[in-house]
Amino acid sequence: MSDLTRLTIAEARDALRKGETTSVALTEAYLSAIDGAGALNAFVHKTPEIAMDQARAADARIASGEAPALCGMPLGIKDLFCTRGVASQAASKILEGFRPEYESTVTRNLWDAGAVMLGKLNMDEFAMGSSNETSTYGNAVNPWKVDDRQLTPGGSSGGSASAVAADLCMAATGTDTGGSIRQPAAFTGIVGIKPTYGRCSRWGIVAFASSLDQAGPMTRTVRDAAIMLGAMSGHDPKDSTSADIPVPDFESMLTGDIRGKTVGIPKEYRMDGMPAEIEKLWADGSAMLKDAGAEIVEISLPHTKYALPAYYVIAPAEASSNLARYDGVRYGHRAKLGQGDGIVQMYEKTRAEGFGKEVQRRVMIGTYVLSAGFYDAYYNRARKVRALIKRDFDEVFAAGVDAILTPATPSAAFGLGEMADADPVAMYLNDVFTVTVNLAGLPGISVPAGLDQQGLPLGLQLIGQPWGEGDLLNTAHVLERAAGFVSKPEKWW
Amino acid sequence: MSIDIDTARRVAHLARIAVQEDDLPALAQELSGILTFMEQLNEVDVTGIEPMTGVTPMRLKRRADVVTDGEMQDRILANAPDAREGFFAVPKVVE
Repeated sequence: MSDLTRLTIAEARDALRKGETTSVALTEAYLSAIDGAGALNAFVHKTPEIAMDQARAADARIASGEAPALCGMPLGIKDLFCTRGVASQAASKILEGFRPEYESTVTRNLWDAGAVMLGKLNMDEFAMGSSNETSTYGNAVNPWKVDDRQLTPGGSSGGSASAVAADLCMAATGTDTGGSIRQPAAFTGIVGIKPTYGRCSRWGIVAFASSLDQAGPMTRTVRDAAIMLGAMSGHDPKDSTSADIPVPDFESMLTGDIRGKTVGIPKEYRMDGMPAEIEKLWADGSAMLKDAGAEIVEISLPHTKYALPAYYVIAPAEASSNLARYDGVRYGHRAKLGQGDGIVQMYEKTRAEGFGKEVQRRVMIGTYVLSAGFYDAYYNRARKVRALIKRDFDEVFAAGVDAILTPATPSAAFGLGEMADADPVAMYLNDVFTVTVNLAGLPGISVPAGLDQQGLPLGLQLIGQPWGEGDLLNTAHVLERAAGFVSKPEKWW
Repeated sequence: MSIDIDTARRVAHLARIAVQEDDLPALAQELSGILTFMEQLNEVDVTGIEPMTGVTPMRLKRRADVVTDGEMQDRILANAPDAREGFFAVPKVVE
């Protein structure tokens, strides 16, 4: 077969079952694509031996006739997932040399389904960033290009997005705390879904903000996202917040029929200064869903404007607590100590050397908002505002709305380094359309919907009801078909 | 709320991150900027609203309080920067 690296999971599954190709052939094709793509800096730890072993095992399983859909599919894994015996650093210097003695539940589920690990993918340090510029491995680069500039693939799952868009893996895992799956998916013309909080186990995924973090798939098509999300999901006794509810067959729910569904357009998402092409994309998406038989209604989510400041209190607060474990004692980096240095100097030097600037900034903000005298003014107030943001969504869904359509990002991908001198808050604005979904624990998906005037991909976001990923994926599938996005980046790397 | 240099020094120490004295003014300014952004939350009427603790209304699962694993000292110490005689080693903490 020609061009094995262009197949979707669904196509490869059918080809494997018919015996037209093998997982070994697919895996070899991807390993060679990865070797030729150093310029993208997407894969930061390659695992070719593991990949070939898993591919051979997958071929044997497929030959036996009892293979799940994901069997034999070569995947990339975000560096945030602990993978046994393989470097798992969360793109941080402080975890240099760390090789977990255990496997995250999500990756364990993927290997049990027969998937193949090609390696670990670049990301923002501890998933804190929107441009993949805070990584200890250096920037991941977007395969899309319109001039001499190198563009960001977005963040924090930037390596995952770059690798899937550049055909370096069939699909990848991502994680999303404030938009870290959906924003990079939009910047690279791929699909990314953050499921309902609790759908995927967080066990073995390096924690950033535990009440917001969720893993999800990043894929070329909505169908692939449905297949892979099914394999990643499920109850896990090791994560007390993982939901003990059945995982439906998401793929079988892609009927392409959304007649009679109600899609809400939230008026508060029409931000001042929104680029005209984003506004047009949004209107076009709404027209596509209407043509497919959905009813379009304007809705109000009045607390939207407060989502970003609430998020930037809650997420750093949780991060400051989660990241307290990096102290140079149990794993990773320990600073060289001077004569007479005690344990406090060891902690302080280790964390100053090991954490990058953005991580330090967020840990300190989190420490401040949790400190005596400020806890009520910042942290408790933010948690109350969070309750109001969730209530906005509850009310809209109770009024009969099935899904909500919004832009995925306020712009297309920007140039690496262009935000270097900007205020940290300017970077945070990247999450403006995605962060509400994490605060409310809802599923959200980014679907590639068009190109901007320069020729860069733009995405639309659909937000669904809790545990309604099947319905959400079906609506996304309709939008994907209507938008007919088929563009691929031209190979320059 | 703006953060002065003394507060920045105190927060850095609470966070156990060494910050050079020369870097404190810039840090204080950055943190102040972020806090100013958060001040918007004061516009919201939160009277009678309970702070959210968990986003999904579910009862945490319970399990039997029994030992389910153990006997893996080597694996636990495998990644330690300094492990001696079956323990994590750190600089002396008592005189």
